[in-house]
Amino acid sequence: MAKGKVIFNEDICKGCGLCTTNCPVKIVTMDTTKINIKGFHPATVIEMDKCIGCGNCAIMCPDSVITVERF
Amino acid sequence: MAKVLMKGNEAIGAAAIKAGCKYFFGYPITPQNELPEYMSKEMPKVGGVFLQAESEVAAIHMVYGAAGAGARVMTSSSSPGIALKQEGITYIAGAELPCVIVNIVRGGPGLGGIQPAQSDYNQVTRGGGNGDYKLLVYAPANLQEMVDLMQEAFDAADYYRNPVMMVGDGMIGQMMEPIEFNDIKSRFELPNKDWATVGTKGARKPNIINSLFLDPQGLEDHNIRLQAKYDAMKANEVKYEAYNMENAEVVIVAYGTTSRIVRNAIIDLKTQGINVGLIRPITLWPFPDKAFDLVPENCKALLSVEMSMGQMVDDIKIASNGRWPVHFYGRSGGMIPSPEGIMDKVKELVGGVK
Amino acid sequence: MAIVAQKSKGLTDKETHYCPGCTHGIIHKLVAEVLEELDVLGETIGVAPVGCSVLAYDYFNCDMQEASHGRAPAVATGIKRVHPEKVVFSYQGDGDLASIGTAEIVHVAHRGEKITTIFVNNAIYGMTGGQMAPTTLIGQRATTAPLGRTVEHSGMPLRVSEMLATIDGAAFVERVSVDSPANIRKAKKAIKEAFQCQIDRRGFSIVEVLSTCPTNWGLTPIDSLKWLVDNLIPYYPLGNFRRPGEDK
Repeated sequence: MAKGKVIFNEDICKGCGLCTTNCPVKIVTMDTTKINIKGFHPATVIEMDKCIGCGNCAIMCPDSVITVERF
Repeated sequence: MAKVLMKGNEAIGAAAIKAGCKYFFGYPITPQNELPEYMSKEMPKVGGVFLQAESEVAAIHMVYGAAGAGARVMTSSSSPGIALKQEGITYIAGAELPCVIVNIVRGGPGLGGIQPAQSDYNQVTRGGGNGDYKLLVYAPANLQEMVDLMQEAFDAADYYRNPVMMVGDGMIGQMMEPIEFNDIKSRFELPNKDWATVGTKGARKPNIINSLFLDPQGLEDHNIRLQAKYDAMKANEVKYEAYNMENAEVVIVAYGTTSRIVRNAIIDLKTQGINVGLIRPITLWPFPDKAFDLVPENCKALLSVEMSMGQMVDDIKIASNGRWPVHFYGRSGGMIPSPEGIMDKVKELVGGVK
Repeated sequence: MAIVAQKSKGLTDKETHYCPGCTHGIIHKLVAEVLEELDVLGETIGVAPVGCSVLAYDYFNCDMQEASHGRAPAVATGIKRVHPEKVVFSYQGDGDLASIGTAEIVHVAHRGEKITTIFVNNAIYGMTGGQMAPTTLIGQRATTAPLGRTVEHSGMPLRVSEMLATIDGAAFVERVSVDSPANIRKAKKAIKEAFQCQIDRRGFSIVEVLSTCPTNWGLTPIDSLKWLVDNLIPYYPLGNFRRPGEDK
């Protein structure tokens, strides 16, 4: 059961990847199947049920792309 | 109202405080040091702030910050220090901020000398820094005039949202004359400074003080707006004095303390049967072009008399538009023109003594 | 359900022009969050520098003034002397603060000017395309040091925090990094302490933030974080150099 949830504002993501560097459960990835309006691969989470809501991804993000909720 | 005998530099300070100036940022440089010294004593007494900055550069940027935050603020310096301030001045003009800058001119170029000069004419009338902008420039000839112009200087700065310069020379700064501090009624209706950075209080969008416009069309539009201000200044702010122009054989153009020496020469020349007029610009920018309509048709020559190598000659040529030959007499380096020297030049122009 | 992280109200809606992975974004976020948490956004006036963050006046949700290169501390002084009760900060890069602006930063420290400076140190000139900065490391390449910086030609890189910490008026001096969540949390704590130092009128406060420049370092954003840790931190040690009430 997920302890947290992350929401990505995909269109403002610049595809830098910093959010992927410190996820303790390694669920943040760059979505190489699509490009956003800026032309970048946006960050995403596929296995949301593993999210622990630690906020590390949001802390690393330079563009405030990520909103993190904890249950 | 009682007259006070005051030193020019101090009178500038007193007049500024009377005009509501509450903030002064400056730096020592001869021959204007009495002004920051006066401000260091007097500003705290009126709840204002005096700060000696680390340089003229820092001082003008403190002025920028204070002006952007809505304050009535002033700085002063002398020629080499004014050269240092050019960066800040162009930013102040570009960001459309009000302030008064006092330049007590000394000999140049470079470190130059410490004696009086008028060799910053080009620096002050051409903007001085990069880009298309102008300063409203006052050049009083005596301390009373300077004190009377100070209220207007601050008000004009606020009205146009532009830096205004008060130009004196070492004589104006150092001399003592009796002055009255009259209440001057403001000519301008000044709106609230709701553009100032005083904190949003969460009640409005942020105010931004800025001179950067990366989009070329935006910068052009900005420059067109600035020019409209300068056109308005040209239409409304010209000040000059015309003296003894009727049937003048020669018309001298001179400003500041030099104009007082010229006046003596004119009086002496009259006793020798030579009739000479004087156009005395009080604003150096905008230059009093229209004053040259007062020059008699059959005037023999215009003569610029300056404490410089002749920086005002070009503006006289432009204003007079080829109608009369333009000559120059001046002294430099801090040497003061004498009435005799001026008279000799006039006599040369009219073809000898009558 | 609690929101652990979201965009700060201290930032405007404008998307930044910064390169992907540029740590300016992280640092802006921290400053914005601190001002929001201290509930002073409406009383704050910031001063933007000349550099990549020249457009910071569009990103912070408070009154802002744009300064000329290096002069932000002087502009901030003018604002603070007019409005001593407001919160005033300057945000400057290493060219702005450590090159052209050395007189101005030394003198706000000297005067104990009650402003806060956020000093973004990425050891290179960003906006102008990668020239050498006073903080560029020995051997580090830059467009004006194409073979790498040498001591012989350019001297050793400048350690600004250590230098300013010798000045009594600098009440709070700390160097932090934003390479990891742990360091980012420490950086935010230091920034908060710095602003509190201003609010408590203790003196001048500065936080030097070691940062990356992926574009001009020629590295990916993720590799840049590693380069920062491996190269910048050893030369620019993290830690507090001065704190109000502590004699060092």
